[in-house]
Amino acid sequence: MEINVTIIGQIITFAILVLFTMKFVWPPINAMMEERANKIADGLAAAEKGKQELLDAETRVAEELKHVQSRATEIMSNAEKRAGQIVSEAKDNAIKEGKKILENANSQIEQEFMKAREELRLKVADLVISGAEQILKAEINQERHEAILASLKAEL
Amino acid sequence: MSSSTEYIMHHLSHNILVLDNGNKGFFGSVHLDTFSTSLFLGFIFLAVFIYAARKVRVENPTKFQLFIEIIIDMVNQQVKDIYHGGKSKLIVPLSLTIFCWVFLMNLMDLLPVDLLNFINHNVANSEAKWRIVSSADVNATFAMSISVLFLIIFYSIKSKGLLGWIKELFSAPFGIAFAPINFIFQMVELVAKPISLALRLFGNMYAGELIFILIALLPWGVQWLLGVPWAIFHILIITLQAYVFMVLTIVYLSLATESH
Repeated sequence: MEINVTIIGQIITFAILVLFTMKFVWPPINAMMEERANKIADGLAAAEKGKQELLDAETRVAEELKHVQSRATEIMSNAEKRAGQIVSEAKDNAIKEGKKILENANSQIEQEFMKAREELRLKVADLVISGAEQILKAEINQERHEAILASLKAEL
Repeated sequence: MSSSTEYIMHHLSHNILVLDNGNKGFFGSVHLDTFSTSLFLGFIFLAVFIYAARKVRVENPTKFQLFIEIIIDMVNQQVKDIYHGGKSKLIVPLSLTIFCWVFLMNLMDLLPVDLLNFINHNVANSEAKWRIVSSADVNATFAMSISVLFLIIFYSIKSKGLLGWIKELFSAPFGIAFAPINFIFQMVELVAKPISLALRLFGNMYAGELIFILIALLPWGVQWLLGVPWAIFHILIITLQAYVFMVLTIVYLSLATESH
């Protein structure tokens, strides 16, 4: 156990080692480790953000889906309503048209009937007159009974 | 018996370069073995770590890089846990250097005790002594602990100011009324730190070395019976001592930055 000048040499060696470690070993390794730590932190943050975004997107999709579903239901009920309307309108129209046609036919029949009656009347009148004429020809003077015949004709 | 004493003495003697015309005293001689072995080991440490530092990359680290990272992470974590003096550019490199350098010096204890003498004798045909375990030399351990003492003083002054530090030397722990007692307490505390640091490491390594030498005195057939367990146990001790030296350095420097 002898202390001598070796201790000075050892201190110098120690100082040199510490200085070199300070200058050439620690800074690059520390920088690398910090960079790696930052990178990992960034990666984790990005993953967290991605997860959050996915969650947001999912809720958005769910909302959109709900919206679309209600819209579809609305459209369908509208379409049903409209279809019912169209059908009932068509029914009404058909009934109306049918009625009109029926009415037309009825009035035409009436007219035809009236016309035929008129014609028949006139023919009957003529027949009656000609019959009466033929009956009366012998005994009735045409001229004398003209007025009576005319009023008869009008009455028939 | 005298031959075994000679054997032990031979193993525990330094390779001394005599200076100052053979005068005894501080400048009289230098331990060439301690100095050059520790310098060589220090350069190995620097070479490995500087090589690693130049090659580091964030992604796809090599196994070598991961190994270096484990060591540096360990040191960094210790500093983070123990040191409360804020950001420091010195403290992690200092702790790393202490840990690795002390570990490498201690590691030499695991070389067979007669290996160097054998090579010396058979290859260089010389009987020169060479103590390979630098940390079993008080010069090496005190060199580090005295450097740490200077750093303790430096950090105290840096964080409290010169006047603040001097004031604390006289006013803590009992208040300014007991100034002389405080000062004596503080001085004892300050001086005890490097002494305990240095002697703890020196004592452990010296004792370990001595026991290896004693084991080497046994008949060769039974040496392994004690040698193997002691070597395995010593793997733990050399790591632990390097770790303790590092942690205590961090603790002392952290204490230096805190006010009492």
